[in-house]
Parts: sequence; C-alpha cells; structure tokens
Amino acid sequence: MRTEEFIRALAADRAVEIRPGLAFGLALAAGAVIAATVFLLALGVRPDVLAVLHTVRFPFKFVVTIALFAAGLRLALALARPGGDAAAAARLLAVPALLIGGALVIELAVVPTAAWGPRLIGSNATVCLSAIPVIAIGPLVAILLALRSGAPTAPARAGASAGLVAAALAATFYAAHCTDDSPLFVATWYSLAIALVVAVGALLGPRVLRW
Amino acid sequence: MALGGRERIWAEWMTAALAGDEAAYHQLLTALTPVLRANTRRSLSQMGAPVGDAEDIVQETLLAIHLHRNTWRQTDPIGPWVAAIARYKLIDSLRRRGRRAEVAIDELADALPDSGADPEEELGRRQVVRLVDRLQGRQGAIVRAISLEGAGIRDVAAKFRMSEGAVRVALHRGLKSLAQLYRSRDG
Repeated sequence: MRTEEFIRALAADRAVEIRPGLAFGLALAAGAVIAATVFLLALGVRPDVLAVLHTVRFPFKFVVTIALFAAGLRLALALARPGGDAAAAARLLAVPALLIGGALVIELAVVPTAAWGPRLIGSNATVCLSAIPVIAIGPLVAILLALRSGAPTAPARAGASAGLVAAALAATFYAAHCTDDSPLFVATWYSLAIALVVAVGALLGPRVLRW
Repeated sequence: MALGGRERIWAEWMTAALAGDEAAYHQLLTALTPVLRANTRRSLSQMGAPVGDAEDIVQETLLAIHLHRNTWRQTDPIGPWVAAIARYKLIDSLRRRGRRAEVAIDELADALPDSGADPEEELGRRQVVRLVDRLQGRQGAIVRAISLEGAGIRDVAAKFRMSEGAVRVALHRGLKSLAQLYRSRDG
C-alpha cells in the first residue's frame, strides 16, 4: 500500500483519544480516592491533629509534599507529550528540594546536637517506609494509565515521574498520620520511601508505556 | 528536522483537523509525508541501516502522529512535536529490526527490483500490505477499502450494510490494531 493511499484511511478516522490533561485529572481523582481509602482503613489521621496544626513542623510537611506533588505532576504532563519541555519542568523540582533543604538547615540550627539522632530516627521509620509505597500503589496505576493516553517518548523517565506524583500524593496522606514532624525525619525516610516508588515507576515505564 | 514558516500552516491544518476538518487533515498528512520520508532516509543511511525500510517507518510514524494527535495542543509548536514522534518511531523501529537483522537482509534481497518500480518504495509497499492483510475481519476490510479503493465512510457503510457510526468505530479500532501489529512485529 502506498503511503498516499494509507493517508486516506487516517484522514477518514475522526476519533481523537482523550487528551492527556483530562486523563491526568481523572487518574488523580481516582488515585486520590483509592489512596484516601487505603490511608483511612490502614492508618488514619493522628489523634492530636488539632493540637499540632498550630505548630510549625506539622503543617510544613504538607507544604513540602504538596510542592513535590505539583512539580512532579507538571513533569509527568510534560513527559506525556512528544516535544514537551521536560527539562523546564524538571527544574521546578528544585522548589520542594530547596524547601526541605532549607528546613533541614534551620532544624539543625535550632535543635541541640543531642536531639539530632532521636529526631532523625523518629518512632515511625518502618511504618513510613512501607505505608507511603502501599498508599502509592493505586495512584501509580492510575497515573500510568493516564500516561498511556499520552505518547511518552522517554518511557522510563515518564514512569519515574508517575512514581513521583503517586508517592508525593501518598506522602501527603501519610504526613497526616505520622507523629515524626522533624525535617530530619522527613528528609530521610520520606525521601527513601518516595525514591522506592520512583524506582518502581522507572522500571514499569518501558514495559507499560510503549506506543 | 528542518522546519520553517510551513510549521504555521501545519498548525492551522492540525487545528482544523482536530475540529473535524477532514480535507485540512488530509492536506497536513500529505505535506508531512515528504518531510518525514526525507528525514527517515537520511537517518537510516547515516546509521548504515537499509534505506529500503524507510517507507515502512514513514507509515508507522504517520500512524503514530494520527493516533496520538490528542497530545498536540494549539499552543505547542507543531514541528518539535512531529520531530519527537518521528525520532521515537525511528529508534523504536531500528531496535525491533536489530532483533531480526538477518531477516532484514533476506527481505532486502527478496526485494531486488524485478520491474521498473522503485525498489525502496516497493519494499515499503510489500511490508505494509502484509501488516494490513493481517488485520482481522471487518476492521481490516474497512481500512483496505478506504485506502486502496478510496472509498468514503458512506460507501463503506453501504458496502458492508453497516451504519456510518459503526464504520467509524471499526476504522478507528482497525488503525489501533495496526499500530499494535507494528509494535508486536519482531520479524
């Protein structure tokens, strides 16, 4: 079949697939519902939540996780479109990195050296390492499905970005349960848990995002 | 990919196409074809790959552009979008061909000109005929009727006694199946 003939069949087909922006919106809505359900069934919000709302450290955890979520989402959307400006989107990841980095510096300055260890280790490290990846499973599947409606030309990176968005969403929920509010704890254990989900996304990407 | 002022008209055609203008879309695909063909041939010869595969890759690229045109936004420059899809499809197809390098040589030998036809064009033609032929049943018949016979949706609907809506659904599914055939083809 000559290309000029083949084009006729393409031109006659008017069906356009769902746009990536809408697909991501649906995926995030579904992912958030699944994540919230898993979170509420398995963990739940910490009992002293009203008291700690007035502290600095507890609300700041959400500032970091939501900034990471927003930057990750922008990156995933850029990677979903051929020719998308992923480099510019990736640079925005500096925002959550600077937020947690700055908080770490301040924490080290205001907390006595003897307290560094206990605050770093905290009391929920293993819960954190397992809960964030488990809560992230639903959102990760949903976002990978949304990416399939796009056309990611770098599937491993696109998969990693899906992992980042899912993990940041999961971390936002988990932060409402966890009683370790020190940036020392967050920078260590949250980062490890999130990195795990990003790695899973990067491994899945080339397998499920081919087009 | 060398792109100039023509990108503006491509973007206009694509905008019209996404709003349902079939003629503008046909113009766009017709305009993209020689550009994709030239770039694919150049890339293949630079990489020492058989240039005879070019037409096949061009068709797979056009199919990818078609099925993924939902990822282009009016605010995006269309040239880099097309170039990114072409590059992805070229690399993907070379990787698949890498796994069947010996077969590729045989096919090239098979395709030596026995007529006045352009051997490169001829090879591309043969491979796509094979893939489209593997499209099952009604879907394949509809894709072939529209491309080879130039039938319109209405003609096809009358021929197969289907509603026009059902023909459109089958055509779209057929093209998606064809993309799947390209992806799963190892040899």
